[in-house]
Amino acid sequence: MKNKINIKSFLGKYAIYFVLIFEIIFFSLTSEYFLSAKNLMNILRQVSIVGIMAAGMTYVILTGGVDLSVGGTTACVGVICAKAMLSGLHPVLAILLSLAFAALVGFVNAFFTHEFKLNAMIVTLATLQILKGISYIVTGAIPIYGFTSSFKVIGQGYFLGVPIPIIIMFVIYIIDYIVLKYTSFGQSLYAIGGNEEAVRLTGINVRKRRYMAYIMCSVIVGIAGIVLLSRVNTAQPSAGFGYEMDVIAGSVLGGISMSGGEGKITGVFAGVLVMAVLSNGMLMLDVSEYWQWVAKGAVMLAAISYDRILKKGKI
Amino acid sequence: MSPEREVILSLRGVTKEYYGVRAIEDITFDIHKGEIHGIVGENGAGKSTLIKTIAGAIEINGGEIYYKNEKLVCKSPQDAIEKGIGVVYQEFNLFPNLSVYENIFFGVQLKKNGFLDHKAMIKKSEEILHELGFDFDVRSRVSTLSPALQQATEIAKCINHRVELMIMDEPSAPLTEHEVEKMFKLVRKLNESGITIIYISHKLSEILDLTDRISVLRDGHYITCFNTKDVGENDLIRNMVGREIDDIYPAKEYSEKEVVLECKHLSSSKVHDVSFTLRKGEVLGFGGLVGAGRTETMRLLFGADKKDGGTIVMHGKEVTINSPADAVKNGIGLIPEDRKSHGLVLNKDIFLNSILPSITDYSKAGFINFAKASKDVGEYYDRLKVKARGQKHICLNLSGGNQQKVVLEKWLLKDCEVLILDEPTRGIDVGTKQEIYQLIKDLAISGKAIIVISSEMPELIGVSHRILVMHDGCITGELTGDDISQEAIMTLAS
Repeated sequence: MKNKINIKSFLGKYAIYFVLIFEIIFFSLTSEYFLSAKNLMNILRQVSIVGIMAAGMTYVILTGGVDLSVGGTTACVGVICAKAMLSGLHPVLAILLSLAFAALVGFVNAFFTHEFKLNAMIVTLATLQILKGISYIVTGAIPIYGFTSSFKVIGQGYFLGVPIPIIIMFVIYIIDYIVLKYTSFGQSLYAIGGNEEAVRLTGINVRKRRYMAYIMCSVIVGIAGIVLLSRVNTAQPSAGFGYEMDVIAGSVLGGISMSGGEGKITGVFAGVLVMAVLSNGMLMLDVSEYWQWVAKGAVMLAAISYDRILKKGKI
Repeated sequence: MSPEREVILSLRGVTKEYYGVRAIEDITFDIHKGEIHGIVGENGAGKSTLIKTIAGAIEINGGEIYYKNEKLVCKSPQDAIEKGIGVVYQEFNLFPNLSVYENIFFGVQLKKNGFLDHKAMIKKSEEILHELGFDFDVRSRVSTLSPALQQATEIAKCINHRVELMIMDEPSAPLTEHEVEKMFKLVRKLNESGITIIYISHKLSEILDLTDRISVLRDGHYITCFNTKDVGENDLIRNMVGREIDDIYPAKEYSEKEVVLECKHLSSSKVHDVSFTLRKGEVLGFGGLVGAGRTETMRLLFGADKKDGGTIVMHGKEVTINSPADAVKNGIGLIPEDRKSHGLVLNKDIFLNSILPSITDYSKAGFINFAKASKDVGEYYDRLKVKARGQKHICLNLSGGNQQKVVLEKWLLKDCEVLILDEPTRGIDVGTKQEIYQLIKDLAISGKAIIVISSEMPELIGVSHRILVMHDGCITGELTGDDISQEAIMTLAS
């Protein structure tokens, strides 16, 4: 009896990793190209943008909120950085400037969510519209290109044979892991997501932490925007649009509860990987893009139901 | 025991395990048709688990339940109510966003030509409630109702489903004294109309007053059954705790020391010009009826609500308290009335809940010193005798008394100078109550200044050195020494 419970909770706890392993085995058997070092590296590089964004969004979701504006932030940060570089600003300063803009976005999101007690989904849906508008206004709907070649390193360079976007992603995940697990800020986020009023009544400054969560989210998403800009070496006004759904899908798959307070950053990483491996594998098998959408949706439903069935009765 | 009586519900060796912990073990007893059967036991004795197994809210691991001589298998509470077993839970099991009549008819909606017949349901609901002695708009949303009316709705729902066995879990807990009397009459009336009632309460006086027989549970085991007329409060307590408890209130010791806290003219929409002082080592009681403004006053003092006016002075200096964070910084801690929604983050473990108020004290450059925090949490965990599987135990799965201990623990860890306890023993068993009273005394002796709000007058009188009574948002009087009595408090409270 006891043994059975343990296996069940084990399967539930690591559900997403089993899905990932299953996918890898399945595609290794069905496609001869899938399990090559080059392709695996490719998957990681493809996942890096959405992966970094999900690492940022985790802060907000843990507090019980959500940030739908991340796609707009990515685009805006890209075009602002591009404009600044073309106007002669040093790339480093241009990056800092655009990240400062991202921080402002986070501040605005937190302001409306916290001060007016508005639903985060609605607030960030509105800021998403604004950011989309801004990125078209700044570019005049024309892609911007022609940056110094040194800027390309961020998105296209290698360090010890590993693409730099992957390194940036791992560094961010390691920092996230440490912050969420070992700092008072991270642990309070979990508590706030669980019961905000109880946390407020312990004397913890919920407002400050919520602002920090939104700002950190936007800045990390901004970093994804910079990496994306550098990788394509062109600022597209629509870069990153629609990514918010991939980010949310990955986080939820990874076991982050949309009502806040539950989930681990390692799960988020596994979640976004599950979606990336699926895309990549189906590409290898020459599955049409339309069927890919169907398959992705189906895998998502299956994975979250599996998770729910195994965890049933826990909460 | 009268063997000739018809048995309506029979439990045979019922056992329930949660993650390897036995909540109830080998429970065997009968409920007679037409009786009011009381169940008593300390927190964690297994009362709630027992009800849930009967009502189909949880599956049992062993044993059998027979209802009207047939084996009872309930897959869900809805299933149970259709079979004739209704439960009035401590935290009501209603849909707060639906109206009263929609709740009453949930699962058995009346239809006309395939569409819901709202008119008929409203009429029938009004009739049932009127019969129970309640007249109010059945179209109101449940969330807008007082606890008493919500409870009436639950009972009406049971009546509408024609239940034969009604289980009431701590029905008096959310009610005022007057409402409790009314509920008692109602319970007797229902019983006379043929409904068998299982009545669970921490308040032994209620159990002795109301029931025909009483079952005692202790540590998940069935201890014994008494005929109510042959038993007294002390017998029950002895069987519940398994030892003698002579006087549950420790003797008071107090010598007047310096003033720590002064509240001057605190005001809000529910609190009118409240002023008082609190001294070091003193236990100041706040008496009054539910809704007299005591909790609201404390929330103003603690910065949880915005005040319209008034000042707070600590050690002779005025302090600004606009948020709980300010209050905690000034050494004030609050143990709230509603521990589930205000006291704890239920889905987190004991450790995290315990360190929340002092999380920054335990952090250096933002990093929590887990070793030190865990050691300190462990110390209070042992001192308060928390019953759990260690600091990683999720608070949701703790019994009410143990949850309250975790709330106490987090403020003890913060080492506040002023501690406000709002209904500190609500829904808690006798043994734990006594521990909390002793703790309050120890804290006062060690120089803390303590405020206790309690609606249980013996408790208030038992722990307080001085009592302020409130009515309608105002302080109506102060009682000290020999002036303190239940009568005096009642006079000032109404």
